[in-house]
Amino acid sequence: MTFEDEPVPGYPLPMRPGHSSPGRLERMLRAGYFVVTSELAPPDSADPAAVYERAAVFDGYVDAINATDGSGAHCHMGSLAVCALLTRLGYALIQQISCRDKNRIAIQGDILGGAAMGVCNLLCLSGDGVQTGDHPEAKPVFDLDCMSLLEIARTMRDQSTFQSGRKLDDPPRVFLGAAANPFVEPFDWRPQRLAKKIVAGAQFIQTQYCYDLTRLRQYLSDVRELGLQDKVFMIVGVGPLASARSAEWIRSNVPGVHIPDSIIDRLRGADNQKREGLQLCVELIQEIREMDGVNGVHIMAYRQEHAVPEIVTRAGILQGRTPWHPRAYDGDATVQQHMENIQ
Amino acid sequence: MYWLRKWSVRHARLLEVTYEVVERSLLVAAPLLNRLGHERLEKPVAAVEKVVKGALFDCQMCGQCVLSSTGMSCPMNCPKSIRNGPCGGVRADGYCEVKPEMHCVWVEGWAGAARMKNGKAFSIVQLPVDHRLQGRSSWLRVVREKVAEAEAQASTKRHGETGAQRP
Repeated sequence: MTFEDEPVPGYPLPMRPGHSSPGRLERMLRAGYFVVTSELAPPDSADPAAVYERAAVFDGYVDAINATDGSGAHCHMGSLAVCALLTRLGYALIQQISCRDKNRIAIQGDILGGAAMGVCNLLCLSGDGVQTGDHPEAKPVFDLDCMSLLEIARTMRDQSTFQSGRKLDDPPRVFLGAAANPFVEPFDWRPQRLAKKIVAGAQFIQTQYCYDLTRLRQYLSDVRELGLQDKVFMIVGVGPLASARSAEWIRSNVPGVHIPDSIIDRLRGADNQKREGLQLCVELIQEIREMDGVNGVHIMAYRQEHAVPEIVTRAGILQGRTPWHPRAYDGDATVQQHMENIQ
Repeated sequence: MYWLRKWSVRHARLLEVTYEVVERSLLVAAPLLNRLGHERLEKPVAAVEKVVKGALFDCQMCGQCVLSSTGMSCPMNCPKSIRNGPCGGVRADGYCEVKPEMHCVWVEGWAGAARMKNGKAFSIVQLPVDHRLQGRSSWLRVVREKVAEAEAQASTKRHGETGAQRP
């Protein structure tokens, strides 16, 4: 689908009054659509084709793609580079920025760089600790945290200055996002922490993996009670589990992921655990879709990215629309033309 | 010391009151401190702070103390130096993602804040650390800031009474 005021498909959209970015994701959310986002696992490769292939898997099924920034503290191609490659094809990107690996000088530079390449969405994260990754001996930077990063990004956009107060010539027009984890202690503080993130500048939220609907319902109701529901777009994180064993591994090794026993038991009892994992993901999405105060889902299908189209289709969340993608109108012709321009 | 740090959070209210007394005394002594010169006092006061806060909070002398807004749990003990926690990596039992043997300093802080009179300060968005202040006294800085604030207020009031415009 395209918007009526779309200049050239894939190019930045005209800015609407009250909008922060010329991006497709903000347009969709503000227009009341239930959005779908997913994350791209950046390759351990210097070949751009690896990035194009991984993005093409999502064509027609997602509204925006998250470019992860050393997620799980593992080394991969950088977030900014993935954004550079994909924005040139017209994809809508969510540039993830983690505070673990860079100080405020580098981060502010990346915000400008991303926006210059057509990135319209930022996801501001503190980042996992280095101990979880493949370089546990690395120096953790953490000059900022997610909250001060949000505030700095908002200042750059709205006041047109760096944190130092020095003027920018052109501010980055970005829609600001943050993460939330309703599934870990202290539960009574989590909705209030969301309030704090909104004060700091968050406009949309992508949550940690949700496998506990009761907990999510409680969180959303607390969020409503604090009057935050209309101040932020809530995109709930989901993902297919490959097997009971991998679920158990994730539960004990990936920080912040809460998987109830009932989920693991259900997987263990299935003949085909992988199919059951997909089915479970579809069912979770359908339930989440019905909840008051949810504006979309963020499908994190680590090593199962190829299953995202099936999950989206079976969950029926797009309701007949096809999100824009570079092959939408003339197949590979647009992509080829872009590629020629790039070369 | 870990156990003493945890004691401090359990007694956040007591420490809040104690700090109020310290701050008030320092403000009363502000003219004297000025006469002695803050630069000259910097080293000895910082040394006292390091000993006292080091024992009670495992203070890292960031030089911009926010204990009153963090439930008396020092955020500099967070392995991710998060000034606006807790992050999303907290373990199921409230332990730290990075140091599984340590309670999350922010989960502790949230409990500490609940005991304090001004616990709602926990919701203030904390600015990133100014690394130039590392090792310097927070107490003297607070005195300077509060005195400047009071002077600014007094001057606004004076100008307000005479109807004069602020420059």
